[in-house]
Parts: sequence; C-alpha cells; structure tokens
Amino acid sequence: MQAATNHAGGSGWNDERVDRVVGLLLRIGVLISAGVVLAGGILYLIQHGSDPRGYRVFRPGGVAVRGLPAIVRGAWHLDYRSLIQFGLLLLIATPVARVAFCVAAFALERDRTYVVITLIVLAVLLASLIGSQTGV
Amino acid sequence: MWAASALAGFLGALTGLGGGVVVTPVLTIMLGVDLRYAIGATLVSVIATSSGAAAAYVREGYSNIRIGLFLEIATTIGAVLGAFLATRTPSSALAIIFGVILLYSAYLSSRPRSSKERQVQPDPLATRLQLNGSFPEGGKLRQYNVTGVRKGFALMFGAGTLSGLLGIGSGAVKVIAMDQAMKIPFKVSTATSNFMIGVTAAASAGVYLSRGYIDPGLAMPVMLGVLVGSLLGARKLMGAETRLLRHVFAIVVGALALEMIWHGISGKI
Repeated sequence: MQAATNHAGGSGWNDERVDRVVGLLLRIGVLISAGVVLAGGILYLIQHGSDPRGYRVFRPGGVAVRGLPAIVRGAWHLDYRSLIQFGLLLLIATPVARVAFCVAAFALERDRTYVVITLIVLAVLLASLIGSQTGV
Repeated sequence: MWAASALAGFLGALTGLGGGVVVTPVLTIMLGVDLRYAIGATLVSVIATSSGAAAAYVREGYSNIRIGLFLEIATTIGAVLGAFLATRTPSSALAIIFGVILLYSAYLSSRPRSSKERQVQPDPLATRLQLNGSFPEGGKLRQYNVTGVRKGFALMFGAGTLSGLLGIGSGAVKVIAMDQAMKIPFKVSTATSNFMIGVTAAASAGVYLSRGYIDPGLAMPVMLGVLVGSLLGARKLMGAETRLLRHVFAIVVGALALEMIWHGISGKI
C-alpha cells in the first residue's frame, strides 16, 4: 500500500495511514511476543540451566505445548514451556492480525475488490489454524 | 544456535527468503537435530523474519500489501494442492528439477536491470487492481508499474504447490516471480515476499504446533535470534545498493538450489 495508490474514500483513511497503523501494530505484536518468549527463556534457564535436553530423537511434548487452551493455562501458571509457546502463538497471530486489519482498512477505503481478496486470504488462514487444533 | 539464528534473520530479511535457508541445514546437519524439530524451528524463524522485518519495511513503504494479498490467494490455493499431491509424487526427482530451475533463476536475478527495462508499461489488470506503486529511493519516491500479472499469479500458484510438496523454497520463487515476471523493483519484491511468507507460514503453524514439531526449548533461541537479525537485515536493505542485494540473493538461492539437488540425489526429501 503506497502513497501512489492512494484512494481515500472520504473517511480520512488512505493507504499511507493504514501503513503507519499496520507498522505500529506489527511492532507492538513483535515486542510483546518477544518479551513473553524471553521471560519463558529466563525461567527455563533458572529452572533447567544445567539440564540440556537433546533434540536428536523426536519426542513430541505433552498437550501443554501443543493445545491452545492448555498453553494458555500453563502460561498463566508460569510454566516456562507453555509461556514460550504462548509467546510463539502471539508471534503467529501477528500476520493474522495484520491481514484482519487490512480487511477493515480496505472497507474504510471503500475498496470492495480488496475487501474480498483479503477476506479470502483471511478465511484460508483461519480455517487452517482452527482446523489443525481440533484433534488436540 | 543464537548466532546462526541471527544470521538467518539477517539474510532472510535482506533477501525475502525467510530464515529457513540457514536454520534448517544448521540444525539438521551441524547439530544433528531431528528433522521434525528442525521443520518447526524453521517455521518459527520464517514468521519471526517476516514480522520483524515487516515492522521496519511497511512503515518505510517498501512492501506492497495489495500485491502481497492478491498473490497470496494463488500461493495458498497452490499450497493446499501441493499438500494434497505430496503423498503421490516422487519428491526426489521433483527436488532435483526444482533445484536446477532455481540455479538458473539465481543466475537471471543476479543481473541488474537496464534503465530501458525499468520503463515498464503497466498491465491493464495491474492498473485495475491498483498494484502500481512507489517506494523511497535516494530520499525521493520512485514510481513503478507492474506488468505480467497473469504470469506472476500462475508462477505464485506453482510456488505454492511446490512449497506444499517439498516444504521449502517458496520464498525464492516468490521473489523471482515478482522480479522477473512482473518487473517489480527488487527491493519491493523482497519486502513484499517477506510479508507473504509470514502469512503462508502462519497458515501451517497450527498443524506443526499440534503435532509437537515446535519445541519451546529449541524455538526460543531461534525466535529471539532471528528477530534481532531480521531487524538489522531490514535496516540494511533500505540503504543497500540493489546491485549488491541481487548478488546476495543469487548466492543464497544458489546455495539453496544445490542443497535441494543434493537432498534429491541422496533421497533425503
């Protein structure tokens, strides 16, 4: 979205302003997720600093690192593994939030074509994210 | 691992390829990590590169979100098809063919564009979809037109299918399609690719998370290292000479291509 493709729909919203808001949104999302992962990492070092775990053999962790509700519960109780996963989930959510915000922004710009295009992308994203969590 | 992750983020942000090019071989070959953990960590590194770099790019006006979203449709549909075909395709042969194509594309994209080639007549479809834009260069805004929309869309569909089949290399095809087929300025191509790979990766993140591929102990250093690297890489891109960026891109894609051919020959894919 550039200044040259500027199509303000009378609502004061244009591509440049959307750019600024999206940039800010991303920066906040990235900072918060990095902070949460870092906090989890520090807890990990305090609790398991001398216990290096190998990754040569694949041993999938329990539901605390795989299922969404369990991750949120674990993070609340400051379980370091869940806390890191929660931070990663926030990171995964940033591109999703970005696409969702674009839907709103294009709607405000009254750009129907792009509302539809962006909704298709968002639908595929959400379907894939939600669909994958049903079996956990 | 911290250093490798930071390097991955730096190169990933600079070239629009994501961090997988560095993270996957370092984890699997150098550290002997199980491939499934490596896939999970790579996915995390791709999203971290994308979001970290995007926070810098979008505000500076490099990435073109309209182009990104429009092409994302082709990529996601292709990825679904690729995942569907994955169980019934000889992926070793495919990896070798794809590797050879990438090698040739790396050579093509290493050559700078002449000033005559820069004067692009806009595709009527590009105008209708408002894909033409501008980006900051030397303190001014440089306008650019987009051509070959259908060809680019078809290539993106192919890129999505291949990435669904092989699990790698979609970032490279994205940049090459935007650069070679649609004649989009190189910096805009890499920055837009960076936006797109994050969206694509987020779509498959749920599957990997629920299968336990994303391990917190491994993902933590990868994510933090890549974030720092990608922020630096994005900063570097803004001031860098396009000619230099093309060379870096060609070298990284060339390495990726050789890695893929090797995997294909050794039957590891």
